[in-house]
Amino acid sequence: MSHSQRQDTLVGLFVALGIAALFFLALQISNLGSYSNQDSYTLVARFENSGGLKVKSPVSVAGVRIGRVSAIQFDNQTYESVVSMQIEAKYSTLPEDTTASIFTAGLLGEQYVSLEPGGSEDYLTDSGEIEITQSAIVLEEVIGQFLFKDKDPEE
Amino acid sequence: MLHYFETLGRSTRENFAKLGRATFFLLLTLQGIPDILPRLSLLIKQLYSVGVLSILIISISGLFVGMVLGLQGYYVLSDFGADETLGLMVAASLVRELGPVVSALLFAGRAGSALTAEIGLMKATEQLSGMEMMAVDPVRRIITPRFLAGLMSLPLLAAMFSAIGIMGGHIVGVGMLGVDDGAYWSQMQASIDFYDDILNGVIKSVAFGFVVSWIALFEGYDTLPTSEGVSRATTRTVVNSAFSVLALDFILTALMFGDI
Repeated sequence: MSHSQRQDTLVGLFVALGIAALFFLALQISNLGSYSNQDSYTLVARFENSGGLKVKSPVSVAGVRIGRVSAIQFDNQTYESVVSMQIEAKYSTLPEDTTASIFTAGLLGEQYVSLEPGGSEDYLTDSGEIEITQSAIVLEEVIGQFLFKDKDPEE
Repeated sequence: MLHYFETLGRSTRENFAKLGRATFFLLLTLQGIPDILPRLSLLIKQLYSVGVLSILIISISGLFVGMVLGLQGYYVLSDFGADETLGLMVAASLVRELGPVVSALLFAGRAGSALTAEIGLMKATEQLSGMEMMAVDPVRRIITPRFLAGLMSLPLLAAMFSAIGIMGGHIVGVGMLGVDDGAYWSQMQASIDFYDDILNGVIKSVAFGFVVSWIALFEGYDTLPTSEGVSRATTRTVVNSAFSVLALDFILTALMFGDI
């Protein structure tokens, strides 16, 4: 192999390695692999308070992630938080009377939407609304209630 | 007293003149890009000396930076019982900041200084004026291929740095300190966003490659044609590149991730 051919090969190898590293970052490290362009349908739930829920927070049933929060909006008329969720299309058998609650992973971890299937035989369809919801627990409120409870007997 | 103002005024004027020359130089360099396409061998030769020869230092530094992040991160995170998030911490700090910045600093030291010294010596030994005498444009023939090579190499090197660093963090965190292997990767995948984190990191390293190559080539091209001038220009390349990279990093971070 001539000198310049060897150089060409090494440069080619360099570029290939660099692109391989980028692919590694994209597929192994980021969320690109886990939910990109998968078929999905949207569900909507209205919460009195969505707490620290964020776009891309997980949506899970029985502890298994089946989708993610795609948008959180404020409804001017009802003063509620409207949370849109994208659910993977293969999980299409959520009953109509499913309940949605916002829970926190761990004591101070990130918040997620937990769905609890009901008993209805009709299934939720695209842009269906989950009627029964339970708001996020705001830690400050809980602490506040706890403090007031403690004071009540004295007064 | 008057003498002091005189010096201040002269150095200010000289700095502005230099900035003007640097801008003009950059425009000339960019103008030469279309001429590279028919002569790709020039570019490949520079990619070899700028990129391929930097792989070793980038890989080894990346490995050690990742290992240190794994070690330090573990001690802090385990205090809060959050050692599961070690993978996220290592990956986020590498992909967003350390990958682009540290590889740009290493690149300035390894490749930038070599570029300045090479161009500076070409000028000192009158090779550049010789080319002009033969009606060969030295900017198009010498500078533009090196500039493009720097611009292309740094993003690739930074990606390698981050990838190897994450492996290094894995070796220390999972291999030695006992963080769960699945948690290391899944925490990363759950929180690192492809567009927000990885693509922004790549954009950063392209910007750094642009700035470092520009400074290195201009300092070499603008050097005094003496051995002392070349040595000073080489020093200036490393100092100015490091300064520009860190300042630019702050601005880019504020634009991309901050709410300033």
